[in-house]
Amino acid sequence: MKMLINVAETVVADALRGMAAAHPDLVIDVDKRVIVRRDAPVAGKVGLVSGGGSGHEPLHGGFVGPGMLSAACPGEVFTSPVPDQMVRAAAAVDSGAGVLFIVKNYTGDVLNFDMAAELAEDEGIQIAKVLVNDDVAVTDSLYTAGRRGTGATLFVEKIAGAAADEGQPLERVEAIGRQVNENARSFGVALSACTTPAKGSPTFDLPPGELELGIGIHGEPGRERRAMMTSGEIADVAVGAILDGMSPRNPVLVLVNGMGGTPLLELYGFNAEVQRVLAERGVAVAHTLVGNYVTSLDMAGASVTLCQVDEELLRLWNAPVKTPGLRWGM
Amino acid sequence: MLDADFFRRWMTATAASVDREAERLTALDSPIGDADHGSNLQRGFTAVAAELEKEAPQTPGAVLTLAGRQLISTVGGASGPLYGTLLRRTGKALGEASEVSEDQFAQALRAGVDAVMTLGGAAPGDKTMIDALVPAVDALGDGFTAARAAAEEGALATTPLQARKGRASYLGERSIGHQDPGATSSALLIAGLAEAHGE
Repeated sequence: MKMLINVAETVVADALRGMAAAHPDLVIDVDKRVIVRRDAPVAGKVGLVSGGGSGHEPLHGGFVGPGMLSAACPGEVFTSPVPDQMVRAAAAVDSGAGVLFIVKNYTGDVLNFDMAAELAEDEGIQIAKVLVNDDVAVTDSLYTAGRRGTGATLFVEKIAGAAADEGQPLERVEAIGRQVNENARSFGVALSACTTPAKGSPTFDLPPGELELGIGIHGEPGRERRAMMTSGEIADVAVGAILDGMSPRNPVLVLVNGMGGTPLLELYGFNAEVQRVLAERGVAVAHTLVGNYVTSLDMAGASVTLCQVDEELLRLWNAPVKTPGLRWGM
Repeated sequence: MLDADFFRRWMTATAASVDREAERLTALDSPIGDADHGSNLQRGFTAVAAELEKEAPQTPGAVLTLAGRQLISTVGGASGPLYGTLLRRTGKALGEASEVSEDQFAQALRAGVDAVMTLGGAAPGDKTMIDALVPAVDALGDGFTAARAAAEEGALATTPLQARKGRASYLGERSIGHQDPGATSSALLIAGLAEAHGE
C-alpha cells in the first residue's frame, strides 16, 4: 500500500505542521495536539471544543474558526484524543462564559471527554456537552452502545458555533446543539474499506462486486453487504433508511458527504439521486452541501445526513463562517 | 509480599509483551474494530515504562496510579480510560503500604475491575476486556499462574460471543467468530503478573 507519508508514527504530527503552515488564522500546538482559533478566547463568547480521531479531515480541525469551533483536539488516527488535550483546549478558549464539548457517540470519545469535563471543572471552567448520535444504521437498544455520531457533527458544530458567535449563553448554545442533533439522521455506504497508516492494508475485505451498507466513519464494517448497486439504488436505500425514522415537516439541510476516496463527479451524481428521492417523498430542501467533510481516510463511498431546520436553525446555518473546511459570508 | 519493585516489573513485562504482540492485537481489531488496538496500547505502555524509569514511586499503589495516569494521557480511544482506570483504581485500593500481600492485591484488582465495569458499562459475556479480567481475578486466589490461564481461557472464550459493548457491537451478529482484542490484551496484562513473579 502506497501512502504519501514519512512513517506511520508521525502522520498526525506531520499533518498538523502542514496545516499550521497553510492556515495562519489557527494556532496549532503540534506537540500537545490542540488547534485553536488565533483570536481565542473571545470575550463573552462561549467556547466550542470538539475532537475525535484523526483521519476524518476536515473534521474537526478544519472547522475551527469564526462562526464554528473555537478549538479542536485531534487524536491518533481513528482514536479519540486524550483528556489532557481537551482540558488544554478548554482553557485556551474559555473567556469565563463556559465551554461546550461536542462529542461523537463512540465509547472512546465519550469516556475521554467525560474525564476531561471533570478535570476542566476542577480548574473552574464551566463545561456543557452535546452528544452527537445521528447514524440510523446502528439502532438504539439495551445491548448496543447506541447510534454512532457521524455527519450531523458538522451541522451541530456550525449551528451551535453561530449561536455562540452571537453571544448566546452556554445553556442556550448547548440546547441548540442538542436540537440540531435530535433533528439530524445519517446513513453511510462504503464501496471500499479504508487503509490506516498503522496497519498499511485495508481494514476489512470488501470484494470488487460488493458494497457495505450502514458503515461508520472508522473503517469498521457496516451492518450488511450486498452486490454493487447503482447510485440511484443506493440513494433509495440511504434516504429511505433515514426517512423511516423521521418525517420532516420543515425543510431539511442535506449533507452528501464523501468518505475521502470518492470523486466529486460521483458525489454530485449521487446528490442528484438523493434530491430525486427527497422530492419523491415530499421533503423540502433548504440547503445542500456536497463534498468531503466527514471522511474515513481513503474509503470510497458516501454518507447522507438530513437535518430538519426551523427558521432559527436555518438562520444560524446561514450565518457567516470562516474555517479551512467551511467558509461563507465573510 | 509484593513490593513496589514487583509492580514495576509487572508494568515492564506488560510493556514488552504488548510491544511483541502489537501487530496481532491490531490484526484482531481489524475485522471487528478499527485496527488500532495494538498500536494504541503499545504507545501507552511504552510511555508507562519510560515514566517508571524516570520516576521510581516507592509504593505499589503509587506505581499503579502513576501507570494509570500515564495510560489515560497517552492511549486515547476507549482503551486509555479503561486500562487507565483499571490501574489507577487498583493502585488507590492498595493505599500507601510499602508492601502488600497477594490477597490484598487480589482484592485491590477486583476493585479496579469493578471500576472498569462501571465506567464502560460492560458485564461478563459482552465480549470485552472484562471477559478476561473477571476470571483472572476469580482465579487469583490460586496464584498468578492460575490467573494467567484463566485470563487466556476467558479471552479465547470471547470468539463465539456477539459483542454488546464497544465498537464491535455496531456489527451485531457479524462480531461472532472473532476473538475480542480487548480481552486478548487484558490476558497479556495478567500474564505480565505471572512473569513479574518469575512464573
